[in-house]
Amino acid sequence: MTQMLKVAMPKGRIYRQASRLFRDAGLPVPDDADDSRKLIIEVPEAGMQFIMAKPVDVPTYVEYGVADVGVVGKDVLMEENRDVYELLDLGIARCRMSVIALPDWKPVLYPRVATKYPSLASRYFRAKGQQVEVIRLNGSIELAPLIGLADRIVDMVETGQTLRENGLVELETMFSITSRLIANRVSYRMKNEAIQALCDRLQPHIRTEERE
Amino acid sequence: MSKPKMFEKPAGVRDFLPEAAERLRHIERRVMECMGRWGYREIMTPTLEYYDTVGMASSTSDARLFKLLDKRGITLVLRSELTAPIARVVSSLLKNEPLPLRLSYSANVFRAMEDEAGRDAEFYQTGVELVGDASAEADAEIIALAIASLEAAGIGSFKIALGHVGFLNGLLQETLAADPEAQSALKECLLKRDHVGYRETISSLPISEASKRELEDLLRLRGGRDVCEQAASSALGGEVREALDHLCRIWDALCDYGVSQHVIIDLTLIGDFSYYTGMIFEGYAEELGFPVCNGGRYDNLLAQFGRPAPATGFALKTNRILEVVGHRPLERPRRVLIRYAVSRRAEALRHAAELRRREGYAVETRPIPDVRADAEGGAPSETQRDLLSDARYDEIITFTDIEENGR
Repeated sequence: MTQMLKVAMPKGRIYRQASRLFRDAGLPVPDDADDSRKLIIEVPEAGMQFIMAKPVDVPTYVEYGVADVGVVGKDVLMEENRDVYELLDLGIARCRMSVIALPDWKPVLYPRVATKYPSLASRYFRAKGQQVEVIRLNGSIELAPLIGLADRIVDMVETGQTLRENGLVELETMFSITSRLIANRVSYRMKNEAIQALCDRLQPHIRTEERE
Repeated sequence: MSKPKMFEKPAGVRDFLPEAAERLRHIERRVMECMGRWGYREIMTPTLEYYDTVGMASSTSDARLFKLLDKRGITLVLRSELTAPIARVVSSLLKNEPLPLRLSYSANVFRAMEDEAGRDAEFYQTGVELVGDASAEADAEIIALAIASLEAAGIGSFKIALGHVGFLNGLLQETLAADPEAQSALKECLLKRDHVGYRETISSLPISEASKRELEDLLRLRGGRDVCEQAASSALGGEVREALDHLCRIWDALCDYGVSQHVIIDLTLIGDFSYYTGMIFEGYAEELGFPVCNGGRYDNLLAQFGRPAPATGFALKTNRILEVVGHRPLERPRRVLIRYAVSRRAEALRHAAELRRREGYAVETRPIPDVRADAEGGAPSETQRDLLSDARYDEIITFTDIEENGR
């Protein structure tokens, strides 16, 4: 029995880097798949089927087993808290999760933090013994401190360009983020050979030292 | 929160409509019959238990227990599994029964889940406990019975991953004897299935490269008996060797059961270390993203109830199994509708009783509405025509009025 692997790939920012890594490892993944409207891409010669998913949905597809493995940012993984195997640090899409505010930020009486990652942010502040109100926003997080919705924000920082343009600074780096290869609990055992083979092919092409 | 609508029910619970209920009960019945043939006798325990006894002893984490207060303000839990309740019974009502005891159960259990995760809060388990036998043979019996049960449930293609908590415990204890914190950090990573974190933690440890490699290689230790032999060839002693020897003995017994083709030894399989004390296993069906059964040895549980005894067992997640086999055609009884004119009721009911005594019939009876009160005889009324074309019945038998038929 050949073990066809279903791979959930995140559309957008991470896709290009992930598909390049897969191609480096000799897996013929198209690099323009992201632009096409196709949701499922068959690559029979590699024994794989790629499912083009919204990044936050990748852990869900994998947890329910409709995808055997997936590529997803550590940020999403920490926020979604899904029961999946985290097999490999792919070393791509490097960035960091940070606490951000205006340069003149001082502790306030009733702190509010706006973020796209409410569960991650609330866990972080609770672990530090800080009492903050976490406000979930879906985009333009940088707006929150500028218009006074929150005194700080928690967001991903890649180059820091957006922050500088909006006159914001990083108060602290929470942790660094890269994309991970994740696997379903059952697939990890039922299709172990195929998954292990995928890991072994990717491993030599992962660049670990690259830091910003 | 606003008042729920009349048809609403709490998050995480579900109704089983006749089709689903029939299928679930069918699976449970087949599995219980299988367990019965292996000498396991069914036991029923209450839905409610004390938090301080069964609740505390249970392997379910505190946050996932449904808790409620009785009239005196004492905390109760809805059972989250059957192993701890059975340990309570074995140590109390059955304390004079000689060991080993073989018990089976089929019951609904409750786990509080995060609302947004969309997971079930109530689900169904059918399982066994074998109390009072510490041997590898007992563990092999449990695994072989799990395999027979999965087959009885109708699952065609499945695998059992078999591990041993003693292996990892011993390995960590030997390599990191002076660093219990690092030990628990590594266990935590494996429990969370975080292999990236596991490797990161290892690389940060002040241990030799050889030890690091040994810990990292753990992630690849899976296969047949050779895995144990390979792992045993490294110069480790004590708990590690004991665990591997025990797994080899289980493996050999499984070969004699003729079921080893379903089993892979997987030393990366991790269970709750505070609960399991020996072998652990999980079962996976080909078509499903979640495990369909799990089990293991828990030699410390019964001591908590005052009757120290080794024990091993497993539970099938029958509602998950329903997802795998739910589309298969089910052996159905022949559905018969008997309609009768009131004047021939006795005859019709006698006929129904006779059919019901036979195997494989489901018989409903219903009087024919009085036609004369309807539209002056003639064509059958609307409701009658519906009945006659009703696809729910395989057969419709009609006992019409004798007078009208001129009989």
